[in-house]
Amino acid sequence: MLLAMTAADADELRAFKVTGDAIVEPLGGARGDVARGRAIVVDRQKGLCLLCHTGPFPDQRFQGTLAPTLAGAGARWTEGQLRLRLVDSAKLNPATIMPSYYRTEGLTRVGAAWQNKPVLTAQEVEDVVAFLATLKDPQ
Amino acid sequence: MIRLVAAQRLLVPAAMMCLAAASAVMAQTIDGRRSGFDFMSRDSQQLQRDDTANPGMLAVLDGEGLWNAKAGRANRSCADCHQDASTSMKGVAARYPAFSAALNRPIDLQGRINACRETQQQATPLPWESKELLALSAYVGNQSRGMPIAPPDDARLAPFRQRGEALYTRRVGQLNFSCANCHDDNAGGKLASAVIPQAHPTGYPIYRLEWQGIGSLQRRLRGCFIGVRAEPYAYGAQEYVELELFLMSRAKGMTIETPAVRP
Repeated sequence: MLLAMTAADADELRAFKVTGDAIVEPLGGARGDVARGRAIVVDRQKGLCLLCHTGPFPDQRFQGTLAPTLAGAGARWTEGQLRLRLVDSAKLNPATIMPSYYRTEGLTRVGAAWQNKPVLTAQEVEDVVAFLATLKDPQ
Repeated sequence: MIRLVAAQRLLVPAAMMCLAAASAVMAQTIDGRRSGFDFMSRDSQQLQRDDTANPGMLAVLDGEGLWNAKAGRANRSCADCHQDASTSMKGVAARYPAFSAALNRPIDLQGRINACRETQQQATPLPWESKELLALSAYVGNQSRGMPIAPPDDARLAPFRQRGEALYTRRVGQLNFSCANCHDDNAGGKLASAVIPQAHPTGYPIYRLEWQGIGSLQRRLRGCFIGVRAEPYAYGAQEYVELELFLMSRAKGMTIETPAVRP
């Protein structure tokens, strides 16, 4: 955890290229890890996903109802599309409530502990993308 | 068919009686606005309804003691000037925040209590979120229980209220949420286990089960700021008064519940 925090502190946002509604290339060439991605998705302090989304996680109580289910996300979207939706969903829909997980610009009154830090590091974004891509079943 | 009609004849008055009973308690569903009371479990509703069980009533009782206690260099109690709170304070909480001519800005009820302490009792102001300030606020607020929220028609408040609305709709924090994103656009939805209420400040100070204690609207607002990873304003900040002004105008006509219970 301490190591991860230090990495996040030092993490200058890596440049990425948006193509259509996707970021085709992994952020900084990182390779995602499916198991780590799942752990981030269900972590209420880290990924925060289940505060708003439901998903195929029978072991997780109290999943939110504010956003579409994550079940089938890997069938609905390519990895590149998932990546842009995580990195900065507002690029696709400025009115979305989906936080931009890899953006530090254009935010207001960010708490002292969070300033100039993305919600997730590039590696963590890749881990989540890798995991979401495995969610092919829409149920 | 005949049987159905007969059943309806029975059901309709029964339903109307239920509605009448419900509206006697809360009277807040007329135009789609709903108190947080409506969003909570039956158990929590029962806890609020029963004064002998509502933990917020302990603060009201403490507040009554403080109301009658002499304080400050003036050695005066609230009651020495205002006499019986059940008369003099009735409806006061329903019209706060109000404009203070002395300060040339709006103040909330807590600010009013502390202003009185300083000028009339010549006592040191009570710290924000202190047991004493919450108790006095709960006692004064309780005198308006059952009354409609009635923001004063005072043009001097308008620019402050507008700033409150701007704060309410401005996205803040690392997670980039405005109050409206949740409490207007997604009220009734579930944020994890919590049902998102419409953010009507009908019962402050409230006894919040999550806090295991009583707290002010400012404490509640700070909780949301921290939740979206924004820097909360300090207790007593003018921004909280402005937000409260906007929220109270938005809740105009809804019923004061102080001390409310919330999850």
